[in-house]
Amino acid sequence: MIFKTISKKDFNKFLEILIENNNFFAPQKIAKDKNKKPIYDLREIKNIGDIDFNYDIIKYPPRRFFLPYREVISSFKIENNTWEQNIGYETKVPRVLLGLHPCDINSLNKLDKVLLLGDYPSPYYAIRRKNTFIIGMDCEPKPFCFCRSVGTHTVQHGCDLFLIEIGDSYFMEIFSNIAFDFLKKVKTKDTTKADDDEYKRIRKLKTEKFSAKVDVTDLTKILDMEFQSDVWKEWGDRCLGCGSCARVCPTCYCYGIEEKIDLKFQNAGKLKILHACTLVDFAEVAGGFNFRPEKHIRLKYRYYHKHRGFVEAYEESLCVGCGRCGQACLAGITVPEVISSIRE
Amino acid sequence: MQYLGVDLVKPKAAFFDFSSCEGCQLQIANNESNLLDFISLMEVINFREILTGGKDDYEIAFIEGSITRDDEINRVKNIREKTKILVAFGTCACFGGINKLKNKFNDIEWVKKEVYGNYPVETNDKVLAIDEVVKVDFYIYGCPVNKPEVEAIVQSIALGREFRYLKHPVCFRCKEKQNICLYELGKICMGPLTRAGCGARCPSNGNSCIGCRGPAAEPNIEFMKKIMKKNGFTERQIRDKFELFSAFKWEK
Ligand code: SF4
Ligand code: SF4
Ligand code: SF4
Ligand code: SF4
Repeated sequence: MIFKTISKKDFNKFLEILIENNNFFAPQKIAKDKNKKPIYDLREIKNIGDIDFNYDIIKYPPRRFFLPYREVISSFKIENNTWEQNIGYETKVPRVLLGLHPCDINSLNKLDKVLLLGDYPSPYYAIRRKNTFIIGMDCEPKPFCFCRSVGTHTVQHGCDLFLIEIGDSYFMEIFSNIAFDFLKKVKTKDTTKADDDEYKRIRKLKTEKFSAKVDVTDLTKILDMEFQSDVWKEWGDRCLGCGSCARVCPTCYCYGIEEKIDLKFQNAGKLKILHACTLVDFAEVAGGFNFRPEKHIRLKYRYYHKHRGFVEAYEESLCVGCGRCGQACLAGITVPEVISSIRE
Repeated sequence: MQYLGVDLVKPKAAFFDFSSCEGCQLQIANNESNLLDFISLMEVINFREILTGGKDDYEIAFIEGSITRDDEINRVKNIREKTKILVAFGTCACFGGINKLKNKFNDIEWVKKEVYGNYPVETNDKVLAIDEVVKVDFYIYGCPVNKPEVEAIVQSIALGREFRYLKHPVCFRCKEKQNICLYELGKICMGPLTRAGCGARCPSNGNSCIGCRGPAAEPNIEFMKKIMKKNGFTERQIRDKFELFSAFKWEK
C-alpha cells in the first residue's frame, strides 16, 4: 500500500483536472427533509464549488453507475422474417465517482464477485467498472450504520484512492496505478510518523462510534434453524411488498427481462430491469404460477440470500451494513431488528 | 402485417364515452410521434373524438367514464351485446372515479344544488363503475390512462400475447427514479398501496400519489393506515386519499 498526504488546496487542483477530462459525479445537496436536515446524493458536477464535502451519506447507492435500474441489453432490427442483433456495451467518456464510503466501495467488491469473477461475467458491468475511477472518503457512523458488524467499514481494494481528512490535508491510500500516475500532476507528500498516528487515532475513534450492530456469529446456521420461525410471519405482516429496500440496496442484483417492440414492429429490444424479491410478481412465471406467493416468505428469502446463501458461496455476506433498506422502509423493517428477532 | 412470421391481429375497435371528462380518450390522441402507428394497430370504426359517423360491427369496445344515468345503463348494455371484448378504459370506468364521490351523500338533491346550482340536471342517485352494470373483460387503470401502457396493451392484442399488469406498488418505480420519498418530506402518499404502471408520475413531480390506478395486487392496507397515522396524518386526511377515486375501500 502506498500512503501519501495532500493538502486540500492541491487536492482541489487534482479534482479540477479530473472534472475537465471525465464525467465527474460528487455529493451534492439535493433536498431537505421535513426536519430541515439536508439530503445528499451523487450528481454530475462541472465546477469544484458544486461539491458538498459536508455530506453525510449518499442517498442512492452507486450501484446504478454499474448496474442501472433498467437498460436495453440487446436490440434487434427486424425485416420480414430476418433480424439483425445489436449489442452495444457502453464505452463512453470515463467516469469519476467522488465520495464513496467504505460500505459502498465494498458493495462493488461484492458485485464484482458475481458479475466480474463469477461463472458468467457480465460485459455490461465489466466495462463500466473498468471505466470508472473511484475516490473513496472516510465517514462518521450514523445511528443506522452497521458496516462494522459485517466487516465492511474499512477498504482493502475496490477503489482507486481513499481519503481520510486530517486537518487541512487528506491522508491518501493509493490503490491503483492510474491513481498513482494521475497524482504525479499535483503536489503530494510522503506520510510522516505524525500522519500515521493521526490516521490510527481517527480510525480508532470511528470504530468506537458505531451504535447499530448485527451479531453475525453462526448466522448461517441460526437462519437454517429458524427457517420455519413464526417471527418471519410477524415481519411479513408489516411488509408492504413495495421493493423500496431492494431499490436502495447497493448489492441487490436480481433482474427480469422484458421484450420491447416498437409500434412499427421493425425494432425490438431486450430490456433488463432490476427487480426486488419482496414484490408479489417477483417469482411469477408464465401461466401465472407464483413460486413465492406469500409475503413473509419473500421477505425471508431476501434475508436468506444476503445472510445465508451468499455467505455459503463466498464466505461473506451480501449486506454491507449501509442501513439504507431500513431507512427507506416505511414499515420500519431494519436488518439489525430482523436479525436480532430471529436470533432470540 | 406480420411480426417474425406471425400474422398480427387487427381488431375492429370502438371508443365510447360515458360520464367522464374525456381526458382518457384524449390520451389516445396524445403522443403524436407514433400516433399513426398506434392507430393502425386497430381498425378504429367508432370514435367520436376523431371520427365522424361510426359503425357498429366492432370487436373491442373501450368504455370511458362511469354510469350516472339510466340511458347510459341501456347504452352500455347494448355495447356489451355487440362487442367481443369490453375494456373499462380509465379510472372512472374501472372504479367509478371522482364521479362516485357523490355516492357518499344521502341527499342527492343537496348534491345537485351544491354542484350545479339551479341548472337542471338528470342524474341517478348512485354512480356505478362499468362492471357494476355489465361484464368487463379487461381494465386499463389511470386518471388519465398512461399512454405508453395503453400502447403496450393494444400491441399485445395485435401480437396475440397476454398483457401482464404490474402487480406491485408505485413505490418500486418511484425509488427507481431516485426520488426522495414524500414521507421524508412530511407529505402523505398512496404509492405503497397503489398499482404501479404510471412511472410514478405524481411523486416524481413532487406530488402525493392519490391512488388513481387503484390498489396493487396485494396492498397491505391496514398496516399502511397505521404508518400514515404514525407519520402524523389524521384519519380525515387518510380517508380523503383513500376515497378520492372510489378505488380503495375504507371500512375498518
Ligand atoms: S421490507 Fe420494507 S421496503 Fe422492503 S418491501 Fe417490505 S415494506 Fe417495502
Ligand atoms: S441489505 Fe440493507 S443494510 Fe444491507 S447492504 Fe442492502 S441496503 Fe444496505
Ligand atoms: S414518495 Fe410515495 S411512491 Fe414514492 S417511495 Fe414514497 S411512498 Fe412510495
Ligand atoms: S402516481 Fe398515483 S395518482 Fe399519480 S398517476 Fe400514478 S397512480 Fe395515479
